[in-house]
Amino acid sequence: MWNYTDKVMEHFRNPKNVGYIKDADGVGEVGSTACGDALRLMFKLDDQSRIADARFQTFGCGSAIATSSALTEMIKGKTLEEAEKITNQDIVSFLGGLPEQKMHCSVMGREALEAAIENYRNGTTGKRKLEGHVVCVCFGVTEDKIRSAIRDNGLTTVEQVTNYTKAGGGCGGCIPEIEEILAEMNGKKSSEEKPAKPQPKKLTTLEKIRLIEKVIQEDIRPELKKHGGDLELVDIDGNNVIVKLLGSCTECGITRFTLNTLIEPKLRQKVSSELAVMEG
Amino acid sequence: MNKIVYLDNNATTRVAPEVFIEMKPFLSDFYGNPSSIHTFGGGCRKFINKAREQVAELLAAEPEEIIFTGSGSESDNTAIMGALELAGPEKRHVIITQVEHEAVLEVGHYLKRKSYRVTELLVDRKGALNLDLLADSITEDTAVVSVMWANNETGVVYPIEQIAEIVKSKGVYFHTDAVQAVGKIPVDLSRVPVDFLALSGHKFHAPKGVGVLFVRNGIKMPPYIRGGHQENGIRAGTENVAGIVGLGKAAELARERMSADADHEKTLRDKLEKGILATCKDSRVNGANRLPNTLNVSFEFVEGESILLMLDDLGICASSGSACTSGSLEPSHVLRAMGVPHSMAHGSIRFSLSRYTTEEEIDYVLEHMPKVIDRLREISPFTHQIA
Repeated sequence: MWNYTDKVMEHFRNPKNVGYIKDADGVGEVGSTACGDALRLMFKLDDQSRIADARFQTFGCGSAIATSSALTEMIKGKTLEEAEKITNQDIVSFLGGLPEQKMHCSVMGREALEAAIENYRNGTTGKRKLEGHVVCVCFGVTEDKIRSAIRDNGLTTVEQVTNYTKAGGGCGGCIPEIEEILAEMNGKKSSEEKPAKPQPKKLTTLEKIRLIEKVIQEDIRPELKKHGGDLELVDIDGNNVIVKLLGSCTECGITRFTLNTLIEPKLRQKVSSELAVMEG
Repeated sequence: MNKIVYLDNNATTRVAPEVFIEMKPFLSDFYGNPSSIHTFGGGCRKFINKAREQVAELLAAEPEEIIFTGSGSESDNTAIMGALELAGPEKRHVIITQVEHEAVLEVGHYLKRKSYRVTELLVDRKGALNLDLLADSITEDTAVVSVMWANNETGVVYPIEQIAEIVKSKGVYFHTDAVQAVGKIPVDLSRVPVDFLALSGHKFHAPKGVGVLFVRNGIKMPPYIRGGHQENGIRAGTENVAGIVGLGKAAELARERMSADADHEKTLRDKLEKGILATCKDSRVNGANRLPNTLNVSFEFVEGESILLMLDDLGICASSGSACTSGSLEPSHVLRAMGVPHSMAHGSIRFSLSRYTTEEEIDYVLEHMPKVIDRLREISPFTHQIA
């Protein structure tokens, strides 16, 4: 059972500003059903360029709904410059605190706000795009997001990074990388040298096909299955591996990342660095 | 306390009043140690023996095959580790399923770290196992196979008789985690050739803190708590007399009432299931061939913890396979193993009934469930995508 503050429960039970603004000036969307929470934040400016109305729609747990509600209350009446200064910690303080494991809800709120403001200023899509290097494939968390969470909240452990960003909370494969980022940002140098890569031997076509099938079966499929997904090997044409994503992978917002950050690297690492993976 | 509608009986159950009455003397006047020479203490021994017989009768086992433990988890851990010891150090392979309770699953993970080969059998979308695959997975160096009798989250019942026969025909130890099955459905160990079985008292109206490890006659189980002769020297430690007596009584009640209880629970469970599917759009049941008391249902577009919090405000106790309720970020490993999409797994709710569940309580849930789901869907961005 969570120890939610009265304020969190109040905003969960009677959330403020639920709804949709048809002619919103800024719309920001973050998260997905696959990740377990998602937030759409919308605002409308008045003629003084202040936020006249803010609305949200949230899929998620009690604290996700409460932080969304709190955020809309906090930004109303503010200029975008003022709203921009709101940190995830401000949202947490407004609610009188959040359980550590729920801190990612406040970070999600902050991200949606950034996305909505960006949407207003640049007219770019309000959907948060995964730009740059993705560290956590399970939850689609970029290195930038991890770095800013560490910076904004003074994080020192992997567990904290997971609580604030979800990174590392799935298969755990990215934990060493999070440790490196933490070590680097907290002024320590990673002392371990990376081992030299073994030289792969040249494979015959038949060996290559068999090895690709083996890697898919043993390394890739179990990872996808964890998320209710699967894939089918459609064809192999020279160094082009054509696959079809199945199950919940097809509905997942980070399909391309699954291809680029899980399937292709695994096959390149274990079969041949010349392989390219594409969806058929 | 306000009205409580308790539909979380796979988590724990109410202690039956008949059980409580039997236990009370051992928490007050009869506080002696059963190992004492004097009559006051040693006299308690016969009540432990009676409980052992009561449990044995429920399982169609022999009293000497019953070892009292502190929990189902203790029994599961002990069975697997014991089987490995009995099988010998050269047997380095263990078979479990992907949908086991953590008490087995985590032992599997531990053994992997200890360089054992651990096969986790897959289940299909209905939660069922492929028995041919199970048979094929058993190799020369397999030490033990562990398959649960019924799943705690979905209630899916596994064909343990067939599975035990397959495993035993290959001469491999077989353990079953029957924590959710015992007391709810017939468990007849005179017919089903399991070597080890785990059960837990508080899942069928005995108190918490007492469980059983069944070890088939003829298996020389090594001691795992040393320092006393209790439980045949296998599990030392002064007995939890009140708990054991309570478990014995609960076993007796379960045996007498099993078919009536199962009918009662199934009737109400089916009513709840039909009602929810009829009134809540985009909902679906997880798992087929289930325990009579369990309903695991997923609601699209909403998240489980939010549902539970709203139900909690109404005094309704249930549980969820959503990530948020556990503090982990991934939803239930059981639902994921069954290929339930993440979106549906996050919105899953488990209702589990008992002999004490009333029709009035089910009606109360049915009245409120659609309101809760509608309310959360009003808040959700996925129910009204931009047209």
